[in-house]
Amino acid sequence: MTLFGKRKNVLPGFGLSLGFTLAYLGLIVLIPLSAAFIKTAGLSWADFIAAVTSPRVVASYKLSFGVSLLAALVNAFFGLILAWVLVRYTFPGRRIVDALVDLPFALPTAVAGIALTAIYAKNGWVGQWLEPLWAAGVQRLSEWIPWINWTEWVGGKLAFDRPGIFLALTFVGLPFVVRTLQPVLSELEPEIEEAAATLGANRWQTMTRVIFPELLPALITGFALAFARALGEYGSVVFIAGNMPMHSEITPLLIITKLEQYDYRGATAIAVVMLAVALLMLVAVGSLQTWSRRRLGGVR
Amino acid sequence: MISSFHFSRFILVLGLIGAVLAPLARADRTLLNASYDVTREFYKEYNAAFITHWKEISGETIVINQSHGGSSKQVRSVIDGLAADVVTMNGVPDIDQLAKVSLIPADWQQRLPHDSIPYTSTILFLVRKGNPKQIKDWPDLIKEGTGVIIPNPKTSGNGRYSYLAAWGYALRQPGGDEAQAKAFVKKLFGNVPVLDSGGRGATTTFAQRAIGDVLLTFENEAALILKEFGSDGIEVVVPSTSVLAENPVVWVDKVVNKKGTEKLAKAYLEYLFSPVGQELAAKYYFRPLDASALAHYPGRFPAIPLFSVPEVFGSWEKAQKIHFTDGGIFDQLYQK
Repeated sequence: MTLFGKRKNVLPGFGLSLGFTLAYLGLIVLIPLSAAFIKTAGLSWADFIAAVTSPRVVASYKLSFGVSLLAALVNAFFGLILAWVLVRYTFPGRRIVDALVDLPFALPTAVAGIALTAIYAKNGWVGQWLEPLWAAGVQRLSEWIPWINWTEWVGGKLAFDRPGIFLALTFVGLPFVVRTLQPVLSELEPEIEEAAATLGANRWQTMTRVIFPELLPALITGFALAFARALGEYGSVVFIAGNMPMHSEITPLLIITKLEQYDYRGATAIAVVMLAVALLMLVAVGSLQTWSRRRLGGVR
Repeated sequence: MISSFHFSRFILVLGLIGAVLAPLARADRTLLNASYDVTREFYKEYNAAFITHWKEISGETIVINQSHGGSSKQVRSVIDGLAADVVTMNGVPDIDQLAKVSLIPADWQQRLPHDSIPYTSTILFLVRKGNPKQIKDWPDLIKEGTGVIIPNPKTSGNGRYSYLAAWGYALRQPGGDEAQAKAFVKKLFGNVPVLDSGGRGATTTFAQRAIGDVLLTFENEAALILKEFGSDGIEVVVPSTSVLAENPVVWVDKVVNKKGTEKLAKAYLEYLFSPVGQELAAKYYFRPLDASALAHYPGRFPAIPLFSVPEVFGSWEKAQKIHFTDGGIFDQLYQK
C-alpha cells in the first residue's frame, strides 16, 4: 500500500512505471502550468488581488462557472438518454449516430463556433424562427416576474448573448458523458433487471434503484469532464457570445484580452484563479463520486 | 509489406529533411515583415517591387517573408522571439510595446521621415444598402435603435481608432468637453450589440450575420469589404470629420543587429516613402503622404478634416492610459 514501503508489489515494474508517469505528467502538465504561476509571481499581492477581483473579471467567473455548470448538467441528462439509446437498442443508422457523438471531439472548436453562430444568428436557419420565440418568451417572463432582470440573466437573444455560450458549451461537452456511460451501460447484465423484476420491482423501481446507482459514478465522471471542458473552452464561445463586458464575457476570453493588451501577468493571474477553482471543483466531484460508489454502488 | 511501409517512410523523412534544408542551401538573405491582417495584398506587391529595386541598386537577390495576424498577436510574437526584421502596424501603441522591452529604442519614431508613418487611413462608416437608418454623421450613431458594430477597443486597432474618433468628434463640437465626450461614447457603446475582439470578426458580424445598422472600420478595410460584399448591398458613408489613423513602421534593432540586416531593413522601410511605395499604398487604399500619388486616385480619399490622436489626446501614451487600461474610461462605460 505505502508508496515507498518495503512491501513488494505482486506486479513487477512499479518503480519504473511510476517514475515514468511522474516524469511524463511533469513534462506535459506540471511544467507548463507552473510557468503560469511563475509569471504571476511577478505581481505584488495587492496587484494580484486587484487583477483577479475587478468587477469585470468577477462577472466573468460567475458567467463561466454558471453556464459551464448548466451545460454540464444538461449534457449529463441528455447524454444519459443518448448513451442508453445507443447501447440498449439496435436500429438502422445506429453506428452513424454513435460516430456523430465524437464529432465535437474532432472538430476545431472555432469551426463549431462559426457553424453554431451561422445557424442561431437571427438570419440563420434556426435562429430566424427561434430567436423571435426566445425574445417573446423572455418578454413574457419579464412581465410575469418583473423583479428579475431576465434579459440580463438569460439574455434577450440566442446568438451573441448568453444562450449562445450555453449552446457552444453543450456542444463541446456532449461526448464526455456519452462516452463514459456507454461501457458501463453495456456491462450491465440484463439478468440484474430480470432478477429485479422477479423480485417484484416495477419498471420505475428497477430504473431508479437498480440501474441508476450503477451508472451514477460514471455519470458523475462524465459530468465532471464535460464541466471541466466547458470551463476551458474558448474557441467556439468567442464567436457566438457577443463578448459584452459584464454580461457575456467568459473568463478565458478575458485572459486572451489581457494578453492582447500585453498584460501577461494579469492574464496569468486570472488563469491561476481559474486553475485553482477548477482543481478544487474536480477534487470535490471526485470525492462525491467515491461517496456515491460507497453509498449506492455497493458492488465496486 | 512492412518493409515497404518502412521504406516509404524513410523516403518521406528524407524528403522532409530535404525540404527543410533546401532554403539553407540558397544563401539569399531574407527579411521578415511582421504586419497586421489587412496589409497582406499591399505588402505582397510592395515586396516584389522592393526586391527588384534592391537588385538594381546592390545586385543582391533577397527573399522577403511576410507574417500577418492580429496586431497585438504579431507584436507579442516579436516580443516572444519571432525574428522579424521589420514590424508594420496600424497603431503607435503596438510598436511602443517593442520599445518597452528594449527591442527598439524609445525614440524609434524619429528615425524615419514623418514620424515613421509612411501612409495613413481613417475611420469611415459602412451601412446597409440605401442607408435605411439615414446614418450620415457621428450623432446618428447614438440614436436609439441604431445598432453599431465596433470591435473591442482594448484589443483591436480598429476599435481603438473608432472609439477615439467618436471621442474626438464630441470633444471638438462647439462647447464640447470631457464630460460630453464621455456621455457620447457611453451612448455609442450602448448601441454596440456585439464586441468582437478584432476587425475581421466585426466585419463578419456585420456583413454575414446581418447584425447592426452600421460598421465602423478603416478606410482601406472598407474598400476590401466592399469588394467582397458589395453586391450584398453595403455602402460607404463618410462622416463630417474623423480620426487620422497612423500606420507606423519600424525595424527591430535587436533582430537586425543579430542577422546583419540593418541596412537592408532600413532601405526596405525607406522605400515606402518613395514614389513607388506611395503609389502602391494609394493603390491599396491607404492615404499616401505624397501629393502626386494622391492625385492618381482622384475621389478615392474624401478630403474631410482628420484629427490625429496626439493632437486631441496629448499623446498615444496618455490616450492609452486614460481610456484603455483596466479600470479606464472604456471599462467605466460598462460598469453598472
